[in-house]
Parts: sequence; structure tokens; C-alpha cells
Amino acid sequence: MPDQTFLDSTELVLNMGPQHPSTHGVLRVVLKLDGEKVLGADCVIGYLHRGVEKIGENRTYQQFAPYVDRMDYCAAVSNGLGYCLAVEKLLNAEAPPRAQAVRVVLTELNRIASHLIWLGTHALDIGAITPLFYVMREREEILNIFEKYCGARLTTHAFRIGGLQYETYDGLEEDVKAACDHVLPKIDEYERLLTGNRIWIGRLTNVGVLNAADCKQYGVTGPMLRAAGVKWDLRKAQPYSGYQQYEFEIPTGTNGDTYDRYLVRMEEMRQSVRIIRQAVEKIPGGPIMAKIPKVIKPPVGEAYVSIEAPKGELGYFIVSDGSIQPYRLRVRPPSFVNLQALDQMTRGALVADVVAIIGTLDIVLGEVDR
Amino acid sequence: MRKFLRTIFLIDLIEGLRVTFHYQRPKYIVTEQYPAQRPKVAERYRGAPRLNINPDNGETLCIACNLCALACPENLIVVGAERNEQTRRKELTTFIYDTSRCMFCGLCEDACPVDALELTQDFEMAGYNRDGQILDRQMLEEGPRPKQYKY
Repeated sequence: MPDQTFLDSTELVLNMGPQHPSTHGVLRVVLKLDGEKVLGADCVIGYLHRGVEKIGENRTYQQFAPYVDRMDYCAAVSNGLGYCLAVEKLLNAEAPPRAQAVRVVLTELNRIASHLIWLGTHALDIGAITPLFYVMREREEILNIFEKYCGARLTTHAFRIGGLQYETYDGLEEDVKAACDHVLPKIDEYERLLTGNRIWIGRLTNVGVLNAADCKQYGVTGPMLRAAGVKWDLRKAQPYSGYQQYEFEIPTGTNGDTYDRYLVRMEEMRQSVRIIRQAVEKIPGGPIMAKIPKVIKPPVGEAYVSIEAPKGELGYFIVSDGSIQPYRLRVRPPSFVNLQALDQMTRGALVADVVAIIGTLDIVLGEVDR
Repeated sequence: MRKFLRTIFLIDLIEGLRVTFHYQRPKYIVTEQYPAQRPKVAERYRGAPRLNINPDNGETLCIACNLCALACPENLIVVGAERNEQTRRKELTTFIYDTSRCMFCGLCEDACPVDALELTQDFEMAGYNRDGQILDRQMLEEGPRPKQYKY
């Protein structure tokens, strides 16, 4: 940090948030400013702390499943998948192929929904209000599928340990295909609205640059890491839930700036549509639930499972002492880890860029604070 | 050169504006006029709870097994039961369901072995205070009665 400020003016400390609309929730950023230039940023988190990990220690394994939906509420299905996979690893069980295929379809749909929300709010922060209305319309199609399948739109509780609770409804395949056909041309439409727009380019290029080395140092994962040019996707690196059967590409960027992250996420939505189309074509028959005892009592031990959530690597670490409740449950939330890079990214930027950088981090405060 | 001309004549901006104005047509309006026009929620929707009764004789279907209360993560269901000396069966006396703490996860519904407890399609459960959020057996058996707004 420089010793002297511009024109020897005094350093200004500005509280951004927790009520600021562009902090996507209740994040408080203490900015140190030299005029309009940011010298450093401090995050104050915990306004939404509910003690989810502690709740997990006081619930049985099945009872805790609805709580994980409430961490990253934009991607509740992915959270549920990660938790179920972690407990299944403890139990040495595996969901039947039919359940795995349905899980892939729903998680990828949720990835699109999450990215759509990100696109709408990120564009809104920067000043493009139009996309927000359009992404909500497309998200509605996806949420309707969730509602028809499991009865809830946001906090879905779609998966159970060992497979699925609900059989697919009649017409799920058609609905999913229709949603895919509906979303894919709309993504091009968003690109037409934003990608070439000069204001959009001006606000995003070379803002919040985070190169590959810094990403690795901070443990930043997900689209942010890929935008820095690292081809790392847990769906390819350590496939889970049958992702090895599906063909898709890992989109990467080059600069690691905000514009690259935007392009990576847009491309990721297209790849998700590709995965969904492959998965929904061949949902195998058979049971939807593995043989899991009614009272889940995993053997003594520990398990860590991480999945590629829309925001990055989402990990669940569960320690079992052989009772019906976990001894310790730890969540590795992608938003929380990605947020640590905020200070580095905002240094030297302008105050208006901070809004763009928080938007590109794609944080959900429910997950940051837990 | 091509890129230069695109920049000069703001082609990308105009393309974006075309998308915006394209959706001004009334055909593309998707807004739901909520209280006047009610959404049709899915069959599996998890909303206000109901305790089903046998339509033939009006007796409750609940066998007072207490499985829903055990399944509930929030421990908000209280089942009261009494043993009937003549039939030697447990019979339901009270049933309390605290919807102010409920998160509608559906675990109680899944646990019920006789499909007595059911989460219905009613979603209008908001209120100005907590009175009336704790449902007793009578209210649960009557089921939700959504308000009808007149326009």
C-alpha cells in the first residue's frame, strides 16, 4: 500500500454495505480510498450467520438435507447433491444409475438457473437493467420443472441420501428438452445485448484481474479459475454421479478479467445445455433408491466429497462417530473462498469497479456466512 | 475495417436495442397479475399442511404412530395419542403443527405410512402476526381455506 496519497489528501474509509444493493446480500466491505481510487478492501461477513454446521451436528443425516439448500439458495440442487454424495461415501453406497442421470439433469438445470441469476444481477449492477427481466423469464421455465418434480422452486430438497425420493413425473423429459430449446437461443440473445456493447466492454475489460497463480494461491475455483486460463473442472477431474459419460468442454478465458469471466459463464451455460440433452436422452430404467437403511448410522470414519457447483468447488467433510448424527460437518463453500480474493482484485481499481468485481465473484451471502 | 465500421455506427448497440424493442410486443408479456390471476402450482407442491380424514365416515386417517414428529428436523409436530381400551388401539387425541417454524421440506409427508399428513397446494400462509400460525387438529383436518379476493 502506498505511503502517500494523491495530493497528500487524507485516506478515506468508506463502508460499503451491509445495506448496499450491489453487495448481493448483507456483505460489508470497508474500503480504503484515495479519492476515487481503492487502496484496499476489508470484508466484514457474518450478518447472515445461522450456524449451519452446528445445526448439522444436532440433526440426523436425513434431517440435515433440507438445511444445505439454504446455504447457496441460487443453487440448492447442487448443494443437496454434494451432501448426499458425501453421506453416500461414508456409507459406501452409490445411487442407482437412474437416480444418477436424473441428478445430473437437475443439477445442470440448476447451474443454468444460477448463472442466469448471476448474469441478471451482475448486469444490473453495472447499469444494464434489461437482462434482469429476461433472465427471470428463462429461470421460470427451469424453476417450473423443479416445482413439478419435487414440489418446491428454490429450496428444493430434491435428492435424498441413496438416490431420489420422487419418481420423475410424466413429461419430465419433454419439459427438460423444451426448457433447453428455450434457453439456448436466449443465451445468444443476452450476448447480443451485452457482449459487443461498448459500455459493457469498457466497464469489464481489465477490471479485477486475477491471474492463474493468484487464483491457485487463494484457492479460487470455478468459473473464476477457468477465466484465468486453468482447465480445471471437477466434473472432468474427478467425475461424480456419472459425469464421465457425458461429452462437454471446459470453457477457459485468457486474461482472467471480469469480461473473461462473463464469457466463461455464458459458455458454461451452453455446455450445461449440452450435458442435459445427453443425459435426458438416456435416463436408464430401474430403481431410484439404493439399499439404504431407514436409520442411517454410518461406520466410524470421515469423508470429503467435492463437486463442481455453479460457483466453484463445493465440498462437504463429514466425520462420523457411528451415531445417527454427524460428529462434525464442515462445508467448503465456493463463495466464501472466492470472496477472499476481493482485496487483491480491488487494489488500484475505482469505486465503481468494486461493484463490478463483487458482481463477478458471484457470491451468495447465505453461503459465505452459513 | 469491418470491426471499425461496427464501432463507428454502433452496430452492437443497435442490435441490443432491437432485442429490447422486440419484447415490447404484448404477445411477449409474461407478468402474472397475481391476486386477480392465480398461479396454478404443481401437484407435488409443498404448502400448507392438512390432516386427511376418511371421507366415508369422517374419522381421521392418522394412526398416531409419531413418525412425522420423529422425522421433522425442527421438532414442530406434537402428536397426542391415547390407548382405546376396547379396541386396544392407539387413537389420536391432539395434533399440533407449528407452521411458523416449518420449512416445508416434506420429510413428515414422506414419513407418514398412511398418507394422513399431506402438504397441500395452498401457499398463501402469510400473516401479520404469529396468531393462527400454530395449527391444532381441528384446523388441520379442515385444511387450508385460501382467501378469495374480489375485483
